[in-house]
Amino acid sequence: MDALDQLVAQVQALSGSEQDVAHLSSLLKQADELLRTHALRLPFSLSSLHPTKHSLGYLYLLEAQSSGTLTREQSDSFLALASSFLTVCAPEQIRLAPDKFNSVCRRLRDQAMHLHEPMRAILPLQCAIRKLQPSSEYLTAIHADYLQMCLLSKCYKASLSILEDDIFEIDQKKTSLVPRDFLLYCYYGGMIYIGLKKFSKALEFFQHAITAPTTALNAITIAAFGKYVLVSLIQNGQVPPFPKYTPAVVLRNLKSCVQDYLDLANLYASRNIAEVKRCITQHEEVFKNQDNNLGLAKQVIASLYKRNIQRLTQTYLTLSLQDIANTVQLDDEKDAELHILQMIKDGDIFAAINQKDGMVSFQEDPEQYNTCDMTQRLNNEIHHIVCLAKKLTWVDEQVSCDHAYLSKIGRDRPRYDEDFDLVPQKIYTNI
Amino acid sequence: MDGSENHGRGPTGATPEQIDVESYASLYSGHTKIARLHFIADHSNSRNLELEALRMALDEIRKGENTVLFKECVEKINGRLGPGYGLDQEWIDTVERRAAQRQEKLEMELNGYRTNLIKESIRMGYNDLGDFHYARGDLQQAFKCYVRTRDYCTTSKHIIAMCLNVILVSIELGHFVHVSNYVSKADQTPDVQDPVVLAKLKCAAGLAHLESKKYKLAARKFVDTNFELGSNYSDVIAPQDVATYGGLCALASFDRAELKSKVIDNINFRNFLELVPEVRELIHDFYASRYASCLGYLQKLKPNLLLDIHLYDHVETLYEQIRHKALIQYTNPFISVDLNTMASAFKTSVTGLEKELAALITENQIQARIDSHNKILYARHADQRNTTFQRVLQTGSDFQRETRAMLLRANLMRQDFVMKGNRKQP
Repeated sequence: MDALDQLVAQVQALSGSEQDVAHLSSLLKQADELLRTHALRLPFSLSSLHPTKHSLGYLYLLEAQSSGTLTREQSDSFLALASSFLTVCAPEQIRLAPDKFNSVCRRLRDQAMHLHEPMRAILPLQCAIRKLQPSSEYLTAIHADYLQMCLLSKCYKASLSILEDDIFEIDQKKTSLVPRDFLLYCYYGGMIYIGLKKFSKALEFFQHAITAPTTALNAITIAAFGKYVLVSLIQNGQVPPFPKYTPAVVLRNLKSCVQDYLDLANLYASRNIAEVKRCITQHEEVFKNQDNNLGLAKQVIASLYKRNIQRLTQTYLTLSLQDIANTVQLDDEKDAELHILQMIKDGDIFAAINQKDGMVSFQEDPEQYNTCDMTQRLNNEIHHIVCLAKKLTWVDEQVSCDHAYLSKIGRDRPRYDEDFDLVPQKIYTNI
Repeated sequence: MDGSENHGRGPTGATPEQIDVESYASLYSGHTKIARLHFIADHSNSRNLELEALRMALDEIRKGENTVLFKECVEKINGRLGPGYGLDQEWIDTVERRAAQRQEKLEMELNGYRTNLIKESIRMGYNDLGDFHYARGDLQQAFKCYVRTRDYCTTSKHIIAMCLNVILVSIELGHFVHVSNYVSKADQTPDVQDPVVLAKLKCAAGLAHLESKKYKLAARKFVDTNFELGSNYSDVIAPQDVATYGGLCALASFDRAELKSKVIDNINFRNFLELVPEVRELIHDFYASRYASCLGYLQKLKPNLLLDIHLYDHVETLYEQIRHKALIQYTNPFISVDLNTMASAFKTSVTGLEKELAALITENQIQARIDSHNKILYARHADQRNTTFQRVLQTGSDFQRETRAMLLRANLMRQDFVMKGNRKQP
């Protein structure tokens, strides 16, 4: 019985209880070299293992099998194997080897892209995320890959269940995560929300990407900022200033890399449609080819029309279609009518068009905030905020018990009267 | 030439009064008379007016010692007024000689006083030197000399004299920052009782504020000026000017209550307004909501005001502000206003009026909406309850977003999850 068969037997034997699995894990770590040399025989060994019961061993073998370039057939079979493994593997076991797990998932993604079938990777990766996460608040390295697959295959809705989980916990040990994964997660997440037209959530994600702590400017942040500018123009009509917790590196250097977007933002503020259109055609090279943002840029123009019409509702009760067309720089009455119809349908304004006179009368928002639905909505919001506040208190408590914090506080405080000394001068440091 | 000049005709077709140069000039004395006459000559449209002004200016210059100004004036006249108003080299030489002698004498005396270290004499010496330079038209030197007297002033009278001199020179130089400084210096001097002096200081302060476009402060200073001023400050400002500047600035910047208490019911200022009945009428018309008449007076006064050296670049702004105030005041008491009636009250077209009102509504100066179809303006008051609900929901979601972001960031930093520069990323 050679080394590989021995290993397989051990896997089969030691996959029972928790200590066994831990022992197995250390064995497997040492057996990495071994596995690579016997790569060709691995498919046979794999078939003798059960993906659920022997998840850990299966994982190592699978990973070793897929290292190196694969032929088309091999990719196909790997994809199938990996998909089924990911759907059925046992979470406790695979959590012992997060880096291997990530590696398998990454290979899965690579192969799916290689074969131009990103949709095949979606379900397996989704299961993989759920299995690796200790709780739904944890971010894993697989998040970014998963979102990328959803983007490429345009299955936006599928990713919603993952995206809607609020991420709070970043734990490198448990999930083997690197900062780049976080940035990619924010970036792809924002793009998916743009696809779903949920612009405010997209803004949130992009803002995470921009304000993530960093010591060097990177391409992901720049790309995220470009989209951030365009989406904030569409959603809010202006680009907010950088929040004060943006890393200094970003503040200093970002402006020079994104001059085109900032020009557009400035021209948007002037509310002149012709200028904005001109700016976009001028920078079309950058928007289209470099960043693939031309679609967004066109949406910016549409939003400017909307915003101008909305401003008219603040000043006029009724206005003729001709006047609207003139003020907003549309081509003619028909155009104005179409725009307004669309806006009424989308719920952006409340108005009625009188075709006989060619007049539009603007009405007030009929929302009176006195229905059951509204009460329900308010209740839900309050509930969310209370939960969030509880979490905040919990984190605060955690920090006040934190060793590093206490030692710093103890050192900096001046000597008080014994009675009022809440933190003893001498902190026990041999914890 | 100023682009906004009309050729002696107002927009309503009535001929505004042509400024009577002689009576205008008689209100002033000294340098400001000459400066004003020059300004009128430069900015007026009619040749007659220009020549008249230049003639009077040259006459006035001849009474003084300023040869540079004489030469300039003669150039402007360019021989158009005949032989009496040509380059009189003889006069120039005489004046120059006299001036050189006097300067030498003054400086020698001053040196003498300085070696003797008698404070009062040194002060008077510098003062005289300052006066001399001022008469010669060398304003920078005059300014320096007057400022030097400061170290030798002993009584408050001296200080006041010094401040007034500096203020005079600064106004002419156009350095209104200095004007403000020295006015406050003079105000802080104890024992200043003379109402004329106080009035002078108020006028100077008012002018400084006017130049820096602080119309409300300028108005306050002008309406507080004591009528005792009379023609005592004719080398800077005439009482008619106090009335005009004060009235217009007040109309443009005071609210209704302040206008009533500080201008209409102000007995002191009423005396000033008597001197310029048009301004008095127009203020009363505005207060009584007779807008057409008020705006009519304004148009009549406009060409003459554009010839005033202090007011000319503020006329447009002040007029615009007064007009806006009129519009806002008109619409204030009503729930709905027929734009046709309003347009005839303001003597303008309905379309023009609509545009003006739209601009004011956008700036949130009027709370109303325009029914463009029926040409009616409806007052609109924001629904507080709805706005509150909207704000609540907005604040709620903002809070959630911010807190989530903060918790995430806190965790990132706790784990030291920082994107480093040179490390090779997997």
